Amino acid sequence: MTYKNWKLERETDGESGHIAWAILDVAGASANALGAEVMTELGQLLDDCEKNPPKALIFKSGKAAGFIAGANIEEFAQNDTPEKARAAVQRGWDVYERLSRVNFPTLALVRGHCMGGGLELALACRYLLAVDEPATKMALPEVMLGISPLWGGMKRLPERIGAPAALDMMLTGKTINAKRAKSMGLADECVPPRVMENAARMLVLSNTPRRELKFMDKLMSGPLKSMVANGAKKQVAKRARPEHYPAPYSIIDTWQNYGGNGLAIPADKPTSLDSLMAHPTTRNLIRVFFLQDRLKAFGKDAKGFEPKHVHVIGAGVMGGDIAAWCALRGMTVTLQDQSVERIAPAVGRAAKLFEKKLRDKKKARFALDRLIADPKGDGVRQADVIIEAIFENLDAKQKLFADIEARAKPTALIASNTSSLKLADIASTFKDPSRLVGIHFFNPVAMMPLVEVVAGEKTAPEQAARAAAFVRKIDKLPLPVKDGPGFLVNAVLAPYMNEALKCIDEGMTPEAIDAAALAFGMPMGPVELADTVGLDVAKAVGEQLVKSGTPPKKVLDLIAAGNLGKKSGKGFYTYVDGKAQKGVVPQVGAGDTAILADRLIAPMVAATQKLVADGIVADADLADAGVIFGTGFAPFRGGPINYSKSTA
Amino acid sequence: MTFKPVYIVDGARSPFLKSRNVPGPFAAADLATASGRALLARQPFAPEQLSEVIVGCASPSVDEVNIGRVIALRLGCGQKVPGWTVMRNCASGMQAIDSAIANIQSGRSSLVMAGGVDALSRAPLLYSDKMVLWFSKMAGARTTGAKLGLFAKLRPAMLLSPVLGIVKGLTDPVVDLLMGQTAENLAWKFGISRDQMDEFSVESHKRVSAAQKTGHMSDEIIPLIGPDGKVYAEDDGVRHDSSKANLGKLKPFFDRKFGRITAGNSSQITDGAAWLLLASEEAVKEYDLEPIGKITDTQWAGLDPAQMGLGPVHSSTPILQRHGLGLNDLDAWEINEAFAAQILGCIHAWEDDAYCKEHLGLDNAMGALDRAKLNIDGGAIALGHPVGASGARIVLHALQVLRRTGGKRAMASICIGGGQGGSVLVETL
Repeated sequence: MTYKNWKLERETDGESGHIAWAILDVAGASANALGAEVMTELGQLLDDCEKNPPKALIFKSGKAAGFIAGANIEEFAQNDTPEKARAAVQRGWDVYERLSRVNFPTLALVRGHCMGGGLELALACRYLLAVDEPATKMALPEVMLGISPLWGGMKRLPERIGAPAALDMMLTGKTINAKRAKSMGLADECVPPRVMENAARMLVLSNTPRRELKFMDKLMSGPLKSMVANGAKKQVAKRARPEHYPAPYSIIDTWQNYGGNGLAIPADKPTSLDSLMAHPTTRNLIRVFFLQDRLKAFGKDAKGFEPKHVHVIGAGVMGGDIAAWCALRGMTVTLQDQSVERIAPAVGRAAKLFEKKLRDKKKARFALDRLIADPKGDGVRQADVIIEAIFENLDAKQKLFADIEARAKPTALIASNTSSLKLADIASTFKDPSRLVGIHFFNPVAMMPLVEVVAGEKTAPEQAARAAAFVRKIDKLPLPVKDGPGFLVNAVLAPYMNEALKCIDEGMTPEAIDAAALAFGMPMGPVELADTVGLDVAKAVGEQLVKSGTPPKKVLDLIAAGNLGKKSGKGFYTYVDGKAQKGVVPQVGAGDTAILADRLIAPMVAATQKLVADGIVADADLADAGVIFGTGFAPFRGGPINYSKSTA
Repeated sequence: MTFKPVYIVDGARSPFLKSRNVPGPFAAADLATASGRALLARQPFAPEQLSEVIVGCASPSVDEVNIGRVIALRLGCGQKVPGWTVMRNCASGMQAIDSAIANIQSGRSSLVMAGGVDALSRAPLLYSDKMVLWFSKMAGARTTGAKLGLFAKLRPAMLLSPVLGIVKGLTDPVVDLLMGQTAENLAWKFGISRDQMDEFSVESHKRVSAAQKTGHMSDEIIPLIGPDGKVYAEDDGVRHDSSKANLGKLKPFFDRKFGRITAGNSSQITDGAAWLLLASEEAVKEYDLEPIGKITDTQWAGLDPAQMGLGPVHSSTPILQRHGLGLNDLDAWEINEAFAAQILGCIHAWEDDAYCKEHLGLDNAMGALDRAKLNIDGGAIALGHPVGASGARIVLHALQVLRRTGGKRAMASICIGGGQGGSVLVETL
């Protein structure tokens, strides 16, 4: 029998039978996603194998991209009734249950990404063989979409690696590499690609019993189960409130009380599939997932642009960290500043970043090799991308760019990281102003996924497209914006912070204000944020972007006293070891907190709406995406405009 | 035989960092990569366009096997650019240059990155032969009893007296003399006093110190940055306050008690890298390069290993003869300062009728080399001698001196442990 998405290849019969290979190669896609058709065909494939049983069955991918990227989210999102969602879940649960019980040994040969439903398939096999390559990554990331691993992951992962490790994986969605998978017992073996087929054949026929859980792990899935569940709930509560994020609580409940079968939870319980699907968080998180794909797609419009060498001018916090990030992502980087001494601290920070991110001495060394201190600016001549990140002075930037424009390759992309100057003003002294584009990073560069790609009045569209392609190459999310004050992200943040500081002038405490923002779901309260960016900077940005009378008085007092926030150790809060020392949050009713949060968020919503209306950002969806990935705006709210619609 | 000139497109080196008896901040490949990356970044061609990378290195660490290839890959030259390593002791860096020249002249290469490196502070400690034998027996022991028996035979002295890799490297394997002892031979032969050596050494420090202050050294140095963000901008072995009084306090090091040669009038043990970019005439045109000079002759020579320090006399003289030049017809000389006694020995040899007749086949002495032209910015006694790098450094520096002083021709020459000498004739364009 032939399948649209699978190939069943049976090796030539030996005397004792044959090994069959089930190769997943989803039609018309570059990566394997599990939709209804694929799952139905898997059932037929098992029928086929049961009729003519192989000695063993090995699953592998026919795609170069990886094993399986997970369930087909687009298709899943179309399940608009609880009945349809249940049917989709049931189909997966049933076929994996069946796979786990076939009477010949099975193995999943996992090379490249193996996420969500893909890992659940691998878990339903008797053996899991991981191929030791950087691209091999295993995760159950459903929680990030507001749902849970419903195709048997909640049942089989704790059985395989023990409850604490399994809950950690499922509640955080973290990814596990091949070596780690082997050491924690998720994979039975971890082998290099050159022996993977041999290893798969030998392992699947080996009759090796599953590694037993450690004694403590057995206890934790037995007598200590409720203790473990309560501990997990406490951990989750620190990061996600149940009313904002119900999915992690559903995962714990499913494991603790329903044998890992989410379908067994009655529909009226808050942890049931029906409740999750009805919750706005799930809808919003799935929407954010698609918005992220939309941002990624902006990098696809510049065909043939393959930047390898980036030249960064300005080795301060922004320039230095941009340079380090580019080197981390494989670029050769020349980093220019007035002297080696000014560049050295950036190299020191880069070394720490590489160590932390790469966790491999040789790879970290190669990354450091790619980061070249360039006090004379020799790199301009060869660079494919040139990013200016010096101090915000129009005259200085214009002079610098005159030299860059004269020396750069004609094909080089020329960009400014300016956040407060108008791109068109900087470009006004260019021979060819269409060359200049804004590539605006956020601090801290290594943490913030968004990069604004700014098109000034004269910026050529193909330069903006090339800038977006570059941003994707270094694994950030490009958001195209127009050349307005503060672009999108800062223009949205400024009125939010301003409102918070006005509240302080009215006599509220920083603690109460920040608590209200955190309760809303912001990653950091606005007062602490103002302290973090620096009160002098916050004031300057506020004056430029808010334009509503005088700045809040308390800010001016603090600045006058030399208390500029985190960097000077004191602002609205006092800082010890870089941490804000917060007093007790005054006890107020949840309603009052919500009212205060709404007051803080309202200017943000208004600003976002105005920026969409002014055409700074192309549409409301992109504005929501930009604010979420650029400010950390509560993702489960789906962005400021989505939030305003939900409360309207 | 005509020597087809090879062009020096550019060159640079790392700061020379004195060994402080602990492993230095950079491995050999780190030094060569960091300085080489910056050198390549200022070229109008891409690293992938090099024909090959050749590195001279006397003591790569155990995880830097064929360090030339390791460095080529770390420089970003890509997988297709070959990289290899040459070893001619103290002249390894000069050998890299000469190998590049040979390949360029034969047409096999057109654009070559050649240089040398050593991180002597990271020279290994080796197990003694007795200890190696013990390990081997242990690996073969099958029973616990046999293993315990071997442990009983283990003596602390076997473990606690490792062989210093660097001492091995600085000992002649044939005549079994430390390099410093071969220099003692020269001092004895030519009657060079401790006082003369110390005087020469003080002058070396003074000249390096002056060259640092006028910026002549930093012109060729690529400052390095450690992973901790610390800047290494200058050669750090120089003593700005060096004096004969200070040097006089040091004890003889090689022939203990009765010798003349001390750590103070010898080159220092140092980490460093030096690079040249060499090109054929065709490559100069193809990439529109602006060379800073050219190499118009090279020569190697062999002599008694016990007098290896006179190598420069033996390798430079044939070049002078070929070009019809006297010692002082050149505008500058760089002779590597392995030991003050050794470089003074070279000067004496050229002034010595008998030596020139017997060893160089001349009728009379070559003459007196003008000290004002020799190592005008000092040398290895103050800068240090990262063995593999020195031969490349002096070629680069000889050219820099010519460019600065408006000179035309200079010789860079080095003595080589094992009884050899190497010389390179450079010219400005």
